[in-house]
Amino acid sequence: MSKANLLDRRQVVSALLADRKDVVAIGGLGASTNDITAAGDHARNFYLWGGMGGAAMIGLGLALAQPKLPVLVITGDGEMLMGMGSLATIGLQKPSNLSIVVLDNEAYGETGGQTSHTSAAADLVGVARACGIADSRAISTMAEVEAFAKAVHDLSAGPRFANVKIDSANVERILPSRDGTFIVNRIRGDLGFRPI
Amino acid sequence: MHARADAADTTAPTWPDDIFATLQRFDVRQVPYVPDAGHSKLIQRVLASSTMRGIPLTTEQEGVALLAGAWTGGQRGVLLMQSSGVGNCINMLSLIPILRFPFLTLVTMRGEWGEFNPWQVPMGSTTQGVLELSGIKVLRASNAAEVPAVLEAAAAQAYNALTPTAVLLSQRLIGAKVFTK
Repeated sequence: MSKANLLDRRQVVSALLADRKDVVAIGGLGASTNDITAAGDHARNFYLWGGMGGAAMIGLGLALAQPKLPVLVITGDGEMLMGMGSLATIGLQKPSNLSIVVLDNEAYGETGGQTSHTSAAADLVGVARACGIADSRAISTMAEVEAFAKAVHDLSAGPRFANVKIDSANVERILPSRDGTFIVNRIRGDLGFRPI
Repeated sequence: MHARADAADTTAPTWPDDIFATLQRFDVRQVPYVPDAGHSKLIQRVLASSTMRGIPLTTEQEGVALLAGAWTGGQRGVLLMQSSGVGNCINMLSLIPILRFPFLTLVTMRGEWGEFNPWQVPMGSTTQGVLELSGIKVLRASNAAEVPAVLEAAAAQAYNALTPTAVLLSQRLIGAKVFTK
């Protein structure tokens, strides 16, 4: 297939977070965490460096705990495939403040670019919709990304899911903190929770 | 059905009510679970509760990640699962020491005390070891009378001391599962 018109991952994530207001953003294990960092380190960024397959569920737990805050998970196709059952769990709970974006380059970029299931078989939009996430979109233009970024702030209409086809170019790694306790406690502090 | 419990259990057990009361007292809000016969009464209580949210999972590892998110958002949770489900969690358990969030899980045991199904024995036999190797403290309740004290201790150390804790609810307490023709 032609890769000519695929979107740039950094532009996509920058657009998603450009006017983030009170969004809590969760990056998946892999390049998506770097993309979130490249868009600007933020007290409400949750960087995942391990626990592959857990990003969407971290988003669900956070979204249920904070129903008045938009929660945005930005992960990759490999990470989402590993936690695909979580789409069924989210479809059942239907948290209206949770949005999930998959940056789909059809490859495992962190490990040498091996092709993923989305390159030939798996349709994550179809999976998400079939799991009960009615607002599930395939995105291929920046205009659609910008529309989705606005929708993230509508707390009455989620959960929503978007699969964004991106190019497979390797981009510079912008690494955030690897200290998980710091990352979590920084978010908690910003939400007004004191240390125990 | 369950049979071969240690005590004569002609009436429904009340220890799940003791667990529920403790979880309520500790302000537990999110209760992810994979359906399990031993937890069925507790799950019913959770689903009927106005303060707790029961969250069915497709696999137990989802629950570990969910509780990390819940804590980040300011809520406590508890993961209900069966011994075989512990095996499904192993990599995700790494989030607990890394993120240092309060983790409590209640594990109904299979593969011990009169088990009839050999397929439950390998994971049931290694549940405690797997949890301990993963950095989780393990407490056990073997009879109904000790459930309240064990739950109190477990919840206190998990939520107050950030000491990840599993309570194994032994098959002797629950009763070995039997299938009759």
